Amino acid sequence: MATSKETNDALIVPAGRAPLIMLLAFTGGFSIMSIELLAGRMLAPYFGSSIYVWGSIITVFMLSLSLGYLLGGRLSLRSPSLGRFGIIFLVAGGTITPLLLGGNAIMEVVFAAVEDPRYGSLLASLALFFIPTVAMGTISPYAVRLLVDTVGHSGHVAGLLYFVSTLGSALGTLLTSFYFVLWFEVTSILVSLGLALVLCGVIALLVSARAGGGVAGDKA
Amino acid sequence: MRAVLTSLLAGMLTALVMPTHAEVIFEKRSLYRNIQVTDDADRRCLKFANRQHRVSRQSCQFHDDPNRLVFDYGKLVFTAFLLNPEPERILVIGLGGGSLPRLMQELFPGARIDSVEIDPAVIEVAEKYFDYRVRPDDRVLAQDGRVFVRRALLRGQTYDFVLLDAFTGDYIPEHMMTLDYLQECKRLLAEGGVLVANTFSSSRLYPHETATFAAAFDWIWNLRRRSGNRVIITGNMPKPDLETVRERAAARDWRAYGIDLSANLELITQPSARELEARVLTDEYSPANLLNARD
Repeated sequence: MATSKETNDALIVPAGRAPLIMLLAFTGGFSIMSIELLAGRMLAPYFGSSIYVWGSIITVFMLSLSLGYLLGGRLSLRSPSLGRFGIIFLVAGGTITPLLLGGNAIMEVVFAAVEDPRYGSLLASLALFFIPTVAMGTISPYAVRLLVDTVGHSGHVAGLLYFVSTLGSALGTLLTSFYFVLWFEVTSILVSLGLALVLCGVIALLVSARAGGGVAGDKA
Repeated sequence: MRAVLTSLLAGMLTALVMPTHAEVIFEKRSLYRNIQVTDDADRRCLKFANRQHRVSRQSCQFHDDPNRLVFDYGKLVFTAFLLNPEPERILVIGLGGGSLPRLMQELFPGARIDSVEIDPAVIEVAEKYFDYRVRPDDRVLAQDGRVFVRRALLRGQTYDFVLLDAFTGDYIPEHMMTLDYLQECKRLLAEGGVLVANTFSSSRLYPHETATFAAAFDWIWNLRRRSGNRVIITGNMPKPDLETVRERAAARDWRAYGIDLSANLELITQPSARELEARVLTDEYSPANLLNARD
């Protein structure tokens, strides 16, 4: 699909970087599901914890992820690099900030405006989680592009990355629901996830810069 | 012959396995749980069966005397009416079989009762099998309790009596066991209004629950028999003088309903210092079920 536009079939990052990229994809997958579970916690005081509240949350996450995949694939067409990959993480981490600062205010407004908790929870989920989840959704397809060297290997690489990021999602789900909510406050967990994403971005940028292939280098 | 023997054997086995001879007269898998209505020799019960091996009785009613309460916790709940003897607006969160609001209708015919129950199938059962009648000024709403409370606050509604009874033995709606929720309920109380909570907590959650109620209200009364539930009573008023309340209890005879008010007052205890040290549950930190499971 992308090969018609993409002339450069050579490996974009050295093969030794593969574990790093997989670790980043793992963290992305971990964060998505951890935040999804916390979404239930955040919405419950306003919209309850009925099945339709979870329906709203899962709908919004699936919708946002699908769009994120689309966007991540598109982004990977334009001079893909580890540095740019790092910037995706910085943006994803940053998009959690509005949740922390304005989450309750947004839910107050939605609660007052929409009487039906089904549509209230759907609207609140959209307002709070659409942008962060789209941002996190771009990670996987972009990571595939970074690791694919030949068309023949693309399925193998995609499979490996799905494996790693979905494994991260499984672990994020388990740890959050079994332990994190027992040990920490919702806001603390969200802040930590945001910081983890930002840290991932910084590491990717540093590694990329040390190899002389930073964002600026790519443009040149 | 063999068929007869087999069915006989099956019957004996059933009799051995089942603790009582309760006959299931209605069964439904609702959005939230498996609901059963059973008939015994002397009573009809509503049961929630979450797993095959665990059936919890939610509400029971005597065939010959529907207004006489069956369970201890219900009898303790009515003690709270001593603090507000003439309530006009009553809110019940968690309808179950409707045995408590039914008795409230009997005792306070002029009061308007709003009942909030998340499970429409439970409402159906209360009306059909437990004969819970919604009078013209009463309401029964199929809603999440917390969502109702928030909506009521937005509308500026207040109540003289609020009963929180949304917990089952198996599962606690965690957003309804937090300081933030109790503060919302407190704002719902009219001047002199009373709040009673029926709680199911076992050992690990117990002190957290105490600490959370103590953080939300200026004073609380614990009522607990050795077995089973604890009832917490508090209100939008200065801490009541127990002597005055005892006098009121002596003037009221509700024993026909199974309620011994004077005896109930003697069960009142104050939370211990150790309980109050427990971490308060909030919307940010509310692992009520995880805490309840670890004991």
